[in-house]
Amino acid sequence: MTATAVRKDGPAAVTPPPTIGGHARSYWSRVRGGDVGALPAVLGLIVLCTVFAIMRPSSFLSAGNFANLFTQGAAVTLIAMGLVFVLLLGEIDLSAGFASGVCAAVLANVVTVLGYPWWVAVLAAVATGVLIGTSLGLLVAKIGIPSFVVTLAGFLAFQGIVLLLVKEGTNISVRDDVLVAIANRNLAPILGWSLAALAVVGYAAVQLLRYRNRVARGLITDPIAVVALRIGGLAVILGAAVYVLNLERSRNVLIVSLKGVPIVVPVIAVLLIIWTFVLQRTSYGRHIYAVGGNREAARRAGIEVDRIRISVFVICSSMAAIGGIVAASRANSVDPNTGGSNVLLYAVGAAVIGGTSLFGGKGRVLDAVLGGAVVAVIENGMGLMGYSAGIKYVVTGVVLLLAASVDALSRRRAAATGTR
Amino acid sequence: MSATPLLELRGIDKSFGPVQVLRDVALTVHPGEVTALVGDNGAGKSTLVKCISGIHPTDAGEFLFNGEPVHIGSPRDAAALGIEVVYQDLALCDNLDIVQNMFLGRERRSGIVLDEPTMEQLAAETLAGLSIRTVTSLRQHVSSLSGGQRQTVAIAKAVLWNSKLVILDEPTAALGVAQTAQVLELVRRLADNGLAVVLISHNMNDVFAVSDRIAALYLGQMVAQVKTTDITHAQVVELITAGRSGGLGLATDPSSNGDGAQPADSTSGGLR
Repeated sequence: MTATAVRKDGPAAVTPPPTIGGHARSYWSRVRGGDVGALPAVLGLIVLCTVFAIMRPSSFLSAGNFANLFTQGAAVTLIAMGLVFVLLLGEIDLSAGFASGVCAAVLANVVTVLGYPWWVAVLAAVATGVLIGTSLGLLVAKIGIPSFVVTLAGFLAFQGIVLLLVKEGTNISVRDDVLVAIANRNLAPILGWSLAALAVVGYAAVQLLRYRNRVARGLITDPIAVVALRIGGLAVILGAAVYVLNLERSRNVLIVSLKGVPIVVPVIAVLLIIWTFVLQRTSYGRHIYAVGGNREAARRAGIEVDRIRISVFVICSSMAAIGGIVAASRANSVDPNTGGSNVLLYAVGAAVIGGTSLFGGKGRVLDAVLGGAVVAVIENGMGLMGYSAGIKYVVTGVVLLLAASVDALSRRRAAATGTR
Repeated sequence: MSATPLLELRGIDKSFGPVQVLRDVALTVHPGEVTALVGDNGAGKSTLVKCISGIHPTDAGEFLFNGEPVHIGSPRDAAALGIEVVYQDLALCDNLDIVQNMFLGRERRSGIVLDEPTMEQLAAETLAGLSIRTVTSLRQHVSSLSGGQRQTVAIAKAVLWNSKLVILDEPTAALGVAQTAQVLELVRRLADNGLAVVLISHNMNDVFAVSDRIAALYLGQMVAQVKTTDITHAQVVELITAGRSGGLGLATDPSSNGDGAQPADSTSGGLR
């Protein structure tokens, strides 16, 4: 009956066996078709690092600066990871920055003013995030106010709440050892190595088990060489990063030794793994993509669209809470500007630069981490070059616009080539 | 005629506020047959389908499924009975691949993890069972498929669930000639596999090409339900546009005659 290419019957025989060349070609044709994914972020990262490395070889390339990048970018990256969920539905959360500020203020009040232990404060902060997210989500999904307006109102209101919580302009210091450690201390070098090894072994196990399972069932797989390349790539990147982070970076070793992986790195890594698992391997994650791709189709498939819409705001605000905790830890205090000024736009920028679409339906949690790295490198490198804050804002704004243009253009290209 | 109809509707009424959209509608659908539901725009075809699939509640009337009275109050009830609807606007998610779309909302899991290999195998088996060979990879995004391929996926999705009744809302409306032929052949194959198929179409060629029975709606009334072999092209067009054709359909002067009883008569009587 069919006019198009006809191959043998049966599930396994539909496509020829995979080869590395074929894999590379199909990837390239996807890119040409407008599905660029994280490619711009990775290329941007390489270009930026090269430029700064040439301009400021001694300071930018130092081990100390490399560790700084992680602690500088951590809060924005964590907020961006939550924003990815909201962006996947084609919604926006403009209040995420100040939501993180509110949660940080709650943390500081509970631990410093009220004197509770650190874990109570952390729970209170995250619970505040959940509460904020639930309210935003209900307003968007149940009442039907556009998320742009709801979260813009939240942006203003939360700014006020931060002011109220920190008593009009004073700041509350955070002195708890555990909380301060999150963004200021490092893992023992041996622990860094063990975690990296664990990550590589775990990743390899997951990849190889999936490969074996699919081969056993006669399904199409990526070529084993590509699988091996991925595992090897992760091992090399993690190994190099841990090696550099484990170098001594103290100016004076006699006074204090400073080496090891910053504690925020495993925090981000664990959250990255958890959220990636949720998005890629659970039906909840599948439903998020479905609602983002075609809400009506999702509804007809029996997916509770409203519940999904509320839940992404809860995830976003909770991740903002964690970002706020890290920010409070890094500054050792909470002031009226925590989570303010450029934090939100950097976070949205990070998600979009990493390849998450503003139109919904496309994006990964990893995008936020890659984009967060780009933002952190710009901030850090321009600081080292001695540019003023004004120039940094302008450059970051331009990069965000560039990323959004890549998103819009690739979408148009995809529509033209019929791959979207 | 086969013994028990799979689905039988009797005296279905449906109003939206003051507008009565369906009036005393009766319909029988038999397994292994394609029943074409025809009618002009606004005749109530889509409303009838939405009543069957549980999207709209009915005001009056009864549903018999396999001879048993049933209540369809929600899309879930319809799905539980094995009724699947393939909508005109497809209801596929462009950003998901074929397997993901086919299992959307009913994913297979092992524990909390999606069981991708099993879903991929089942999808492949379903497509092979319908002799669908036009898609190269089950993992390609639906956005990269042609209109005919999308329609094929949408239909295969409906078949995947051991459905007994598949309702197709204008499956060929947006398709070219070759693709239309493909989809019609698929529709025929569904019926040959023993499913009951309801096909909504404006295209008389399609209707006569695949249907076993034709049910004609005119202004919310079922004016005739007859075998395709017993009726001509022109008669169907007359039924659609005027509500009657010769001895079929509404009485000659619907304004003077009580038009409620007449269509019900002709529905049960019809031509044999």
